[in-house]
Amino acid sequence: MSCDGAGTAAAWLRVAEVVREHRDELVMLDREIGDGDHGENLRRGFDMVADRLTSAEDDTPRAVLRLVASTLISTVGGAAGPLYGTALLRAGNAIGDRPVLDAAAVAAALTAAVEGVVARGRAEPGDKTMVDALQPAASAAVAASERGATIAEVLAEASAAADAGAHATVPLIARKGRASYLGERSAGHLDPGARSTALILASLAASAASWRPAGQAEGTDQGGPTGPSIAPGEDA
Amino acid sequence: MKKIINDPATVVTEALHGMAAAHPDLRVHTDPAYVVRADAPIRGRVAVISGGGSGHEPLHCGFVGPGMLTAACPGPVFTSPTPDQVQAAVASADGGAGVLLLVKNYTGDVLNFETAAELLAADGVDVRTVIVDDDVAVRDSLFTAGRRGVAGTLPVEKIVGAAAESGADLDTCERLARTVVASVRTMGLALTPCTVPHAGEPSFTLGEDEIEIGIGIHGEPGREKTRLAPAQDLVRKLLQPVLDDLEWQQGDRVLLFSNSMGGTPLIELYLAHGSAAALLTERGLLVERSLVGPYVTSLEMQGISLTLLRLTDELIEWWDAPVSTPALRWGR
Repeated sequence: MSCDGAGTAAAWLRVAEVVREHRDELVMLDREIGDGDHGENLRRGFDMVADRLTSAEDDTPRAVLRLVASTLISTVGGAAGPLYGTALLRAGNAIGDRPVLDAAAVAAALTAAVEGVVARGRAEPGDKTMVDALQPAASAAVAASERGATIAEVLAEASAAADAGAHATVPLIARKGRASYLGERSAGHLDPGARSTALILASLAASAASWRPAGQAEGTDQGGPTGPSIAPGEDA
Repeated sequence: MKKIINDPATVVTEALHGMAAAHPDLRVHTDPAYVVRADAPIRGRVAVISGGGSGHEPLHCGFVGPGMLTAACPGPVFTSPTPDQVQAAVASADGGAGVLLLVKNYTGDVLNFETAAELLAADGVDVRTVIVDDDVAVRDSLFTAGRRGVAGTLPVEKIVGAAAESGADLDTCERLARTVVASVRTMGLALTPCTVPHAGEPSFTLGEDEIEIGIGIHGEPGREKTRLAPAQDLVRKLLQPVLDDLEWQQGDRVLLFSNSMGGTPLIELYLAHGSAAALLTERGLLVERSLVGPYVTSLEMQGISLTLLRLTDELIEWWDAPVSTPALRWGR
């Protein structure tokens, strides 16, 4: 598998499964400081994503992201629908129409995603939202990409940063979303949006672990990058 | 969980089918879900459209009809509708004179309606949005998502809907909506939590003699948990922050709206209403209009909210204008 359209689609199909597996956990986290619908809303959206993605094999990565985005926007509702939708639309625009992703494209996509979420949701780091997972993930991805990491390494570092960022929301007092009405009572709880962001990035990183770097097609030797972890275009 | 349902996943759709059976003067769509008055679109009239999570019935679909909303979009229970629902509702309701979206200030509602408005504007629809944020329970809006839109949404929809019905243009409807939003304040309390069908258990817990003061319409808190007290003390506790928030003058005319969160019976609601009216009279306010009933609810939650709207001659005229919807009907 490489990080082309089919690989991207397969990765998001796996995300749909992960969301389903964690539906109850996200509902429980959201019930503590929100209204308890985050897991159910994401499950509804990603079930539809899974339905629609099965026929997306010939698409570019960007087309896959657009399909996932529009499906989430039209099925999830709540704050998560437009926020994840905006994140993925912006990520898709950032990678353009290239047929195969490289590490730099993934870092650019994550950066665009967090910018989109901040613009749409008007939340800043520290507000106890998904930004607290996505922002460190994007920063880690950019740093890894600039070091010349592979796409799998970039996503692994982004995932680790997202997970740490999500757990760092526990002591925070929420300033956005429904949890903000709890004030100090929101401290001591993991933010459900940050948790779902970390789960999605962990799933993408796990899928990417089996991807070949851009330019190395499966089962062929097209004279790709000289080093195993440097993809073409990264040094541009 | 004890509820009259078949499947938690189809509650909203099945309820909409029931609404269609009960109200032939509405057109009810389920995919995407929206409710529109049967005679829409009406050429030359502003379309007034609202929506939000289900579970607050009769808000919003019960207020669709002549003199109030042109259309409404119900989301899943306690979850905002999606942009494509809003777009579909607008397509069926837009009479060419523009569209006014009335949105309660909840993050999900604001984001989804904002996305819809951007897409509609890109399609050339003259669309305006007014955010309702009447809840005074949220103390410092700088550090939260801002004041929530709760029961004060009803007078906004009624007054703007009446103006649109009379042929007022989009600028006038928008200005009127902003005037009402600026003049209306609400505070609520919960005696018990409610159970969302797909969650299966109560969204929060309250001890036997505990109440939550300053709730939104999902039971989310704003001020404090406290002990149950006699009705007159509870009414005072709700009205004081409402009175503190706007500068009221002696002799101001007001609409007093006592709303049940769903599970509080009319006998308690009228008792509280009487107590609230007496307190306002004592403060020198003139209660010129009243509304009492379960209009902006949270499923089966026990509790009440009290809403005050400062009235002017213009607002009284639009409030009194005929309305013919499933849940609000007078004057014709």
